[in-house]
Amino acid sequence: MNTFKVPTMAEMIAEGKSPEVLFWVGCAGSFDDRAKRITKAIAQILHHANVSFAVLGAEESCTGDPAKRAGNEFLFQMQAATNIAVLNGYGIKKIVTGCPHCFNIMKNEYPELGGAYEVMHHSQFIATLISEGKITLADDHPFKGKRITFHDPCYLGRGNGEYEAPRSVIEALDAELVEMRRCKSKGLCCGAGGAQMFKEAEKGNKEINDQRTEDVLETSAAIVATGCPFCNTMMTDGVKSAEKSDTVNVQDIAEMIASAVSIVPE
Amino acid sequence: MLGTGIFLFSRRIAFVRRNINMGRDIDLSDRKAERWKTMARVAIGQSKMVARPVAGILHICVYLGFVIINIEMLEIVLDGLLGTHRIFSSLGSVYNVLIAIFEILAFAVLVACVIFLIRRNVIALARFKSPEMGGWPSMDANIILVVEIVLMFAFLSMNATDAIAQSLDVDHYVKAGSFPISQFLVPMYSGLSEAGIVIAERGFWWLHIAGVISFLVYVPYSKHFHILLAFPNTYYSNLNKSGTLNNMASVKKEVDLMMDPTADPYATPPPPDNNAEPEAPLSFGVKDGTDLNWKQIMESYSCTECGRCTSVCPASMTGKLLSPRKIMMDSRDRVDEIGHNRDANDGVFKDDGKTLLGSYITEEELWACTSCQACVDACPINISPMGIILDMRRSLIMEDSKSPETITNMFNNIENNGAPWAFPAASRGDWIKDA
Repeated sequence: MNTFKVPTMAEMIAEGKSPEVLFWVGCAGSFDDRAKRITKAIAQILHHANVSFAVLGAEESCTGDPAKRAGNEFLFQMQAATNIAVLNGYGIKKIVTGCPHCFNIMKNEYPELGGAYEVMHHSQFIATLISEGKITLADDHPFKGKRITFHDPCYLGRGNGEYEAPRSVIEALDAELVEMRRCKSKGLCCGAGGAQMFKEAEKGNKEINDQRTEDVLETSAAIVATGCPFCNTMMTDGVKSAEKSDTVNVQDIAEMIASAVSIVPE
Repeated sequence: MLGTGIFLFSRRIAFVRRNINMGRDIDLSDRKAERWKTMARVAIGQSKMVARPVAGILHICVYLGFVIINIEMLEIVLDGLLGTHRIFSSLGSVYNVLIAIFEILAFAVLVACVIFLIRRNVIALARFKSPEMGGWPSMDANIILVVEIVLMFAFLSMNATDAIAQSLDVDHYVKAGSFPISQFLVPMYSGLSEAGIVIAERGFWWLHIAGVISFLVYVPYSKHFHILLAFPNTYYSNLNKSGTLNNMASVKKEVDLMMDPTADPYATPPPPDNNAEPEAPLSFGVKDGTDLNWKQIMESYSCTECGRCTSVCPASMTGKLLSPRKIMMDSRDRVDEIGHNRDANDGVFKDDGKTLLGSYITEEELWACTSCQACVDACPINISPMGIILDMRRSLIMEDSKSPETITNMFNNIENNGAPWAFPAASRGDWIKDA
């Protein structure tokens, strides 16, 4: 793995440069150990594809999504106002993020509050880089012919109608893409949305991620590809509680692409 | 009878219309072309019904049958009013084709309704057996299906006895119509005398028209109201992506004030401006039926209780208390109750100690929602139970500060360190060091 420095907006501006895209990392991507690996994978891909990018670092703050979905509109709008002030201050035009919740709220709910940017989910951005030939995959990468299923994040799929970008990324890996019984617009939630990630599940007879894991196991896929740090956590836990961690691997599509390019001899 | 029917129907429609208008305002007057297209696709074209092919195709049979057989209703009503018999029979061969089409559709409706009854009562599909479907809702569904079967049977029998009367050259019975389905009913009635045939034919005619008029009155009291409301309801569909949750304008005003360094919090408010927009609602979110916006109330009256929302809800399918269908049914029942309360108290609501959130819908239900929008996607007429759920959470949090402790912690963390977890904001960029 090549090492490189991820620049912050502040550093870029200090050098008189302005990057093409802002990589919005999100809270999970910044603080959660598992999700940090996804963040690094996205950064590696951007670096590999020679994309001029920067992050906000300590200047980034929660978009307010979990607060808003839990009913706290005040807190959400305060967060939005603060973030929009920072983003507009740097003159940001284009944002790429690894979190579908950040993606959805910045794309659909920030414009009315004064923050209009071109916002892309990392699966969309990676799919574009692949189609532009900016990503070179190793000839002997480990995903060829692998049976892979994609778990649609609600706020990328149903919420914004993006089903194809992540699938095209998996197909670029020459993998065998298999669909779950419930997929695309009928995809089943992992159980983390709507602020559920931050609370105990309500009383029931089953956990939602276990229910979704059953859908995964039905496909006998070797890898569940995800595009959301929360889905990733939920599916990892689901596979673990089904005692299938040895046979089913949960990976973000960015991690898959990053490991498929990282073995390319420079 | 026709007059009484129309009077009762109109009175109920006026009641529901007033109830819808009790809701808060929401401006849906934009994007007219797109709205017409949505209505054409979703309501007229039934595009979302076929996501479940069996129910979808059977429903299309009943829908087409209902719409097209109504042309025959026109003739039946005109005959009744003018004392004519088969007034359109002068259309000749066109009339024969029409009657044949009506008969085939009537048979399709009959078969579909029988299958629907079997699905509900014999096979007992899970989505028709949720707790909220006990008692009246199940009865309502069965009444509608049985009435439709009776109506179609009466229509076909009317034709069968008419055909016999025609063959017997009974006075008044013009030779008209072709009867591809009812010909099979002829043996049932062929034993009757000439007078008996006429009585039977008249009897079925009356049964059909009386049934239809009673049904007209019944429809707006029942879940069957969707046959009318589906059209305006889809016209006023939410046209935004389903992931989008509205920004509350009343909150924006306050946040703008807080963020504006020149704002003077102690300034005297400007004098009321008559042209100004109406004041922001006094409370945040939805607590009672009248806190819903008028579109949400319309949705509650449009709901057919089909349960597609509940059957795809991740919370419902894992045994949680939440059922999106129940959210819609409770909203309708509460708004109806508020409407009757107003009517009984000279148009002014008298406090009955109840609220939609609390007396009908519990916090546990609301907190089970993952906001995954599966219910919104599944609804054949674009109802959003999720919208009501999230608006109720707004009331819980912003009016009553009621949230599970972990959610309160999440709010505090975001407020204090800009992340839902308790990590220092300054360490947000730490992952960079090891990249």
